[in-house]
Amino acid sequence: MIWTTLQLAWRELRANLLRSLLTTLGIIVGVAAVVTVVTLGQGLTMKVTADIASMGRNLLFVVPFTPQRAGPATPQTPFKMDDAHAIEREVQGVLAVAPSTITQTQAVYASNSWQVAITGTTNAFLIVREWGLAMGRPFSDSEARGGRAVCILGQTPRKELFGQQNPLGASIRLGQTASCEVVGVLAAKGQSTFGQDQDDTILMPILAVQRRMTGNDNVQQIQLSAVSAAQVKPVQEAIAVLFRERRRIRVGEQDNFFIRDLQSISSLVDSTAALLTAGLSAVAAISLLVGGIGIMNIMLVSVTERTREIGIRLAIGALERDVLLQFLIEAVLLSCVGGLIGAGIGLAGSAGIAYAIGVPFVLSLWVVVVAFAFSAAVGIVFGFFPARRAAGLDPIEALRYE
Amino acid sequence: MAQAPLIRFDKVSKIYGKGETEVRALDGVSLQIDDGEFVAIMGPSGSGKSTSMNILGCLDTPTSGQYYFRGVDVGTLSRSQRALLRRNYIGFVFQGFNLLKRTTARENLELPLIYRGEPAAARRTQALKALDLVGLGDRANHTSSELSGGQQQRVAIARALVTEPAVIFADEPTGNLDSSRSHEIMKLLVDLNERRQMTIVLVTHEEDIAAYAKRQIRFRDGKIASDTLTQKAAE
Repeated sequence: MIWTTLQLAWRELRANLLRSLLTTLGIIVGVAAVVTVVTLGQGLTMKVTADIASMGRNLLFVVPFTPQRAGPATPQTPFKMDDAHAIEREVQGVLAVAPSTITQTQAVYASNSWQVAITGTTNAFLIVREWGLAMGRPFSDSEARGGRAVCILGQTPRKELFGQQNPLGASIRLGQTASCEVVGVLAAKGQSTFGQDQDDTILMPILAVQRRMTGNDNVQQIQLSAVSAAQVKPVQEAIAVLFRERRRIRVGEQDNFFIRDLQSISSLVDSTAALLTAGLSAVAAISLLVGGIGIMNIMLVSVTERTREIGIRLAIGALERDVLLQFLIEAVLLSCVGGLIGAGIGLAGSAGIAYAIGVPFVLSLWVVVVAFAFSAAVGIVFGFFPARRAAGLDPIEALRYE
Repeated sequence: MAQAPLIRFDKVSKIYGKGETEVRALDGVSLQIDDGEFVAIMGPSGSGKSTSMNILGCLDTPTSGQYYFRGVDVGTLSRSQRALLRRNYIGFVFQGFNLLKRTTARENLELPLIYRGEPAAARRTQALKALDLVGLGDRANHTSSELSGGQQQRVAIARALVTEPAVIFADEPTGNLDSSRSHEIMKLLVDLNERRQMTIVLVTHEEDIAAYAKRQIRFRDGKIASDTLTQKAAE
């Protein structure tokens, strides 16, 4: 009975193909929108999580920071190398500490030049950021201590300056005054979460950058990693205590430095993405609602058009519930077909968009199932009123209807 | 105990409207129709023949009086119970054929069987058998629009008898057909009545159509004006 009714309903919808398609357009758009938004949201979250993991596990950043307060602006108190050493010495659970100072400069080799960020740091940087070398070697102890003009190239400056040539042993000029000898090349790392090309950098011993380029002994930021995820919080707290003491901050005064762990950035991005997904889904759900009203509208028209048919069915022995079921199934079929088409469009669309914006395409079945179930529910809810009207027709009146 | 008569009207009245505008479409009609009869109900429009047809077909209920179908008081049945009664005991043939559009002859015949819950294979056999009976065995897969008026009415008759009902009600079955088609349809009905003992109740206002029946009941102003046997009954 159900199967036969389904076939009948399918034939009825096919007979009015254009009308059926237009009717279900609202559902198609709604479901496509929901599927696209949720799929992209998941892809984005996954990418951010992966990116953050790629930057280094259990990573913490410490940067100087000027609290906002009334009166004349106070200059930032910069970090010094001693601050990094103090963390190594006094904080438990730290794997490696990499002080760094970054400066932009023009790197020149032969006739090639490239604007690049020079990162003055130590070998600890490679550990903290979990960054391997593609070729060459890290700084030697004496190079680091002596602030020798040696450098490790990121993949981007290597490509821009050397192309296919082997850069090891070559000397590149940095700005007007400095130069360095290439001793190593970093492995490729790709884009960061925030669209930054992580490979667009050149590492040098921090002492060399301070002496030859920035001209002071400031450390712009300290990156470090805790030995385990569980240690991230205690390490962060211990550094806060240590730095307040070292920087002579009185009780009640705000910190003039800032410790940020990547996990908190990651969870911030996660919750932002979730909020965005929820908000956009709600908007898309309104489209489903409007689609449902469209279905109700057309089903009412259909009931009027087919009044005579309903009369025939009732006369030859259809019960009210048979007619109710028939029209309800038609409405549900309409919305389910719309849901399927919408899910297909949504998946194809989000695959395309994901590819275009460089986010992984996450095919999650539950999104499709939920969207499909939702559109079926829309069919039942909005199909019920027209179906009940059909079932309630008086067979005599209906048979007389022209 | 003998089987209750197929149809018995006991002072059946049908009143439309109230007070000043009250119309007595049927006014205390009593009659009985037995199995195997071929009855023509006649009368000018407004005489009550259509109203009596609706009540006979269990599509409507009397305002007062009782209609017993096989001894069951139809007036006391619910809408669904009357639908079940139609489904199991009654076949309809309408003036306008009333086949489903875009649907083949066979599928039209299967419709009442679907509501009876017959399995697909049985539906198919019964439908084809009924189409053979009305001489349209070779038109099973034609849709209504591919059939002539006479053929459509034959399909409608086949649909009425496919469930092997106790009675077929035919409301002006020849009203939309030309004279030669009309006589073909009537011969088919006579054949069904004589060879298969199918009880047939026919509403018409044409004398030559009514002449095919064995019994004629004439209505006038909601009452039975005459109830006579025709020559056919004597044959």
